[in-house]
Amino acid sequence: MSSIIPAELRYTESHEWVRANDDGTITVGITDHAQHLLGDLVFVEIPEVGRAVAAAESCAVVESVKAASDVYSPLDGVIVEVNEALADNPELINEDPYGEGWIFRLKTVAALDGLLDARAYAAIAVAEDEDDDGSLANPKLVE
Amino acid sequence: MPFIPHTPADVQTMLAAIGAPNLEALFDEIPPALRIGELPALPEALNELQVSRLLETRAADAPRPLCFLGAGAYEHHIPAAVWEIVGRGEFYSAYTPYQPEASQGTLQVLYEYQSMMAGLTAMDVSNASLYDGASALAEAVLMAVRANRKSKSKRILIPRALHPLYRRTVHAIVHNQGIESVELPYDSTGGHTPIEALASYAGQDFAALVIPQPNFLGVLEDVDALTDWAHRNQALAVAVVNPTALAVLKPPGEWSETGADIVCGDGQPLGSPLGSGGPYFGFLCCRRELVRQMPGRLVGRTVDLDGKPGFTLTLQAREQHIRRSKATSNICTNQGLMVTAATLYLSLLGPRGLEQVAAACHANARALVDRLTRVPGVSRAFARPVFHEAVLKLPRPAGEVLDGLLARGVLGGFDLSGEYPELGHALLVCATETRDETDLRRYAAALAEMV
Repeated sequence: MSSIIPAELRYTESHEWVRANDDGTITVGITDHAQHLLGDLVFVEIPEVGRAVAAAESCAVVESVKAASDVYSPLDGVIVEVNEALADNPELINEDPYGEGWIFRLKTVAALDGLLDARAYAAIAVAEDEDDDGSLANPKLVE
Repeated sequence: MPFIPHTPADVQTMLAAIGAPNLEALFDEIPPALRIGELPALPEALNELQVSRLLETRAADAPRPLCFLGAGAYEHHIPAAVWEIVGRGEFYSAYTPYQPEASQGTLQVLYEYQSMMAGLTAMDVSNASLYDGASALAEAVLMAVRANRKSKSKRILIPRALHPLYRRTVHAIVHNQGIESVELPYDSTGGHTPIEALASYAGQDFAALVIPQPNFLGVLEDVDALTDWAHRNQALAVAVVNPTALAVLKPPGEWSETGADIVCGDGQPLGSPLGSGGPYFGFLCCRRELVRQMPGRLVGRTVDLDGKPGFTLTLQAREQHIRRSKATSNICTNQGLMVTAATLYLSLLGPRGLEQVAAACHANARALVDRLTRVPGVSRAFARPVFHEAVLKLPRPAGEVLDGLLARGVLGGFDLSGEYPELGHALLVCATETRDETDLRRYAAALAEMV
């Protein structure tokens, strides 16, 4: 499965993408690779505006027909905006993960240098496809 | 086929694999004080014939008393068909029968149960049941703390007039998760939780207010005012209700303008016989917006590949086999057999039948209180309306009175002096639809001899 990994974005090992905005905030979503693994999304639990989050802290949940997974904040910061449209249209993440499917915007003073670039993230995504590790979203139901 | 979990050889193989010399070594981290050791009180084994004779003798020595005891579990008439059908092998022997390809019958029963409970409580969603009423309330509290995003606190308001065992169970289950419960007093003349008791908490941060209907003292609460207060103060309204009473009382979904957010209680009155404390079942219902915070099994109706209707578990991403440690609860099962009985009970009675049961309970309880308070020295403790239980004040300790009544073949009620010492010689009495005029007269006559 080939997925889109835009070169201008930064990434995390837990499959979030990060876009640096002109106003100093960052926008966060999950990658095309991640939404492929999850399958059709049916629900997104978005964080509250004003919440302070630490890097690697769970702050949203994406739920598909076969799995549910946490979304982690890539950096320390404060949530300044959330994508309310996801409440009624979680499939926006499947259809346009890097655009209409964004999840939240974070005000942060942390540097983006520690995040993965597209090439490094692509290596992780490819490795996952090969060993079908599915660490983000194990697609198997366990009864 | 016998159920043999592991043979002695299996045990040795497993012990060898983990490097433990024997079973004692495996369990040595359990402190000796917690281990039961020998069981000296166990009698010699008896064969089946001997056991039958022993129990027949004991049963003859202890004839079934006339029951006026409620306090959380209630004697109701159960149509004979209910347990005849529940006992069928298809329902009786299946364990975790949730596979849609094999269990359409069971899944449909659970779906019908959920539909009836949602109807009875006027809520959007019901789960497929929990263990009992007290643990259902604990789950409701945990659910409220997770779901109430306006509240940053983990504090909940719980009336002292809520069932004492429910209060204790909630504490036992939630206190290690940092959830603090604050007790609300009841009104000494009305027996209800007065809205004034909440005044000092207005503007403070609470995740939920628990509202019992009726409360443990039998009294009907002012549920509209309490629900309003909760919502004005950004708290969720958690209702704890008697399901029989809902046939004649306003359902929690219609309390005040907004309705309760979460509704729970014990389902025992719906088809489960009294049995030394169980098994009973808990029910849990909620508004649609909260369903992803709800624990337990949920059955949904859907269509298969050919468009034919069918039933299957749904919204499983809440549950631990999907969400692991972040599941809404460690509960991944339900009280299937009790719920099957409740579904049959409700379907045989119908809405009108349940209403008649509830009305008969209420009428009998009023008649009982009338008769008993004509006994000199006996009076009602609280003036407010009740459903099918009421507190009586006695001229001497309730425990002594109950002993005397039992000697006269009457199980007279629940002695409140242990849980509510401030009430003095107080007795909680109950009459359901199973009591008649003769029973009430018998109780009154026995009581007159005792006080």
